Amino acid sequence: MTRWRIIAALSVCCRAGHTTDPETGKGNCMDKKTPLYETHVAAGGKIVPFAGWLLPVQYGTGVIAEHMAVRRACGLFDVSHMGELTLKGPDATANLNRILTNDYTKMDDGRARYSPMCNGQGGCVDDLIVYKKGDNDYFIVVNAANTDKDFAWFLAHLQGDAVCENVSEQYGQIALQGPKAADILARIADASTFPKKYYTAVFDGIVAGIPCIISRTGYTGEFGYEFYCAAGDAVALWDALLKAGKGDGLIPCGLGARDTLRLEAAMPLYGHEMDDTVSPLETGLDFAVKLEKPDFIGKAAMTSVLPPARERVGLRVTGRGIAREEQDVILNGEKIGHTTSGTFAPFLGYPVAMALVRKGAVKTGGKVTVSIRGREVEAEVTELPFYKAARH
Amino acid sequence: MKTPEELKYTKSHEWIRIDGDSAEIGLTDYAQSELGDLVFVNLPEEGDAVTAGKTFADVESVKTVSDVFSPVTAVVAEVNSELADAPEKINEDPYGAWLVKVSGITGTEELMSAAEYEAFVASEKAEH
Repeated sequence: MTRWRIIAALSVCCRAGHTTDPETGKGNCMDKKTPLYETHVAAGGKIVPFAGWLLPVQYGTGVIAEHMAVRRACGLFDVSHMGELTLKGPDATANLNRILTNDYTKMDDGRARYSPMCNGQGGCVDDLIVYKKGDNDYFIVVNAANTDKDFAWFLAHLQGDAVCENVSEQYGQIALQGPKAADILARIADASTFPKKYYTAVFDGIVAGIPCIISRTGYTGEFGYEFYCAAGDAVALWDALLKAGKGDGLIPCGLGARDTLRLEAAMPLYGHEMDDTVSPLETGLDFAVKLEKPDFIGKAAMTSVLPPARERVGLRVTGRGIAREEQDVILNGEKIGHTTSGTFAPFLGYPVAMALVRKGAVKTGGKVTVSIRGREVEAEVTELPFYKAARH
Repeated sequence: MKTPEELKYTKSHEWIRIDGDSAEIGLTDYAQSELGDLVFVNLPEEGDAVTAGKTFADVESVKTVSDVFSPVTAVVAEVNSELADAPEKINEDPYGAWLVKVSGITGTEELMSAAEYEAFVASEKAEH
């Protein structure tokens, strides 16, 4: 048995899906394959179980090279494990406004809007993105490990005339991320049809002859697109994008780079920065929590503790070590919280972590220590995000 | 995967270059390739005692943490301090980038020849 262990974001599968043996790191027979599984294996992807799926953690080039490709050129990700739901019917919008914390009252067709989905205690059931296709016609993208839970949550809380369907099996999802993304896409699709603004989408897009949703979204902190296509078209779309970007340095990227990229950009990850016991206000997602709405699930619990007891802060490790998740954050000998994610940030060149700490305990520039496997390692509180892309 | 003939190997994927009662210890080519891009090493200090089969250092890649186990019972004579700022040298040259040199060897773990280690890695890969 190998003695090293894969850590950080990959351990989400242990907590959320119970599909990995924590001793061996091996998946069980319940792990699903995306339409691109064989493509990843053929391309030398190192396959690991994640959130109930078998996906490449990296390809032969390695996490650092994949991370840098996205920051400097472009990277291609299989994110087909993400779940997709539809919500339709005359009362669809009213249901979104009651079940989600963000406000969907005023929203143009083709817009995408992020929201936490909370339980009655103000903790997060999940965080998700809602696309508006038309009046009372929505397409919702949720975290892979939470797909069944979210679908059940919607069904349990829908009121009036609205129908929610789980259409995850029908879709493949591919992300093209990096400053060269638009140039690459323009070689195999009509640039006049691309969504122009961040968090907008085109539902009748065609890329390399393949019908797909083209969305100006991503999880890397970099310019880019995400495509939703029929599951059966995923391999053809993947191959066409890779070929189109070959001369621009486009390479396939795995879960490892996806995690280091989102962490550098300080994007929260469900199961880390938030879960059933953490409110979105503690995670700093105030922009997506509309307390002025008449009511939504979790509002009463959230407004009963204002300001929230904890807050998310950024840490730059200044001592010798790499902070990982679930490590104690200590100020003057007292534990003030714990890290929620941590890694060596490849583009920045130093280790960073996000932590959930007692609100007001520390300020930017303040010094704390992180307890890294029995060693106290110095860290400095920093602004989030750690990395911000130049305006595109 | 490279497996130099003149070295001995452990089941936890360390190599050892023994010279009398002294030795250099490092990580195998297979270990560095499985771990991925290394970004941090935590090494013992000169004069520290190491015990066969017990952890004496740890290495981290972007996504993994791994303990390093000593193939022998001995005392650390020299630490490869170059690795502190350049852990990627282990990826680039696993059999050149020794972690520590030890002396006064008094005991060893079960060690394998190059051929035995290659067979061991093959069986471990088949298990996955």
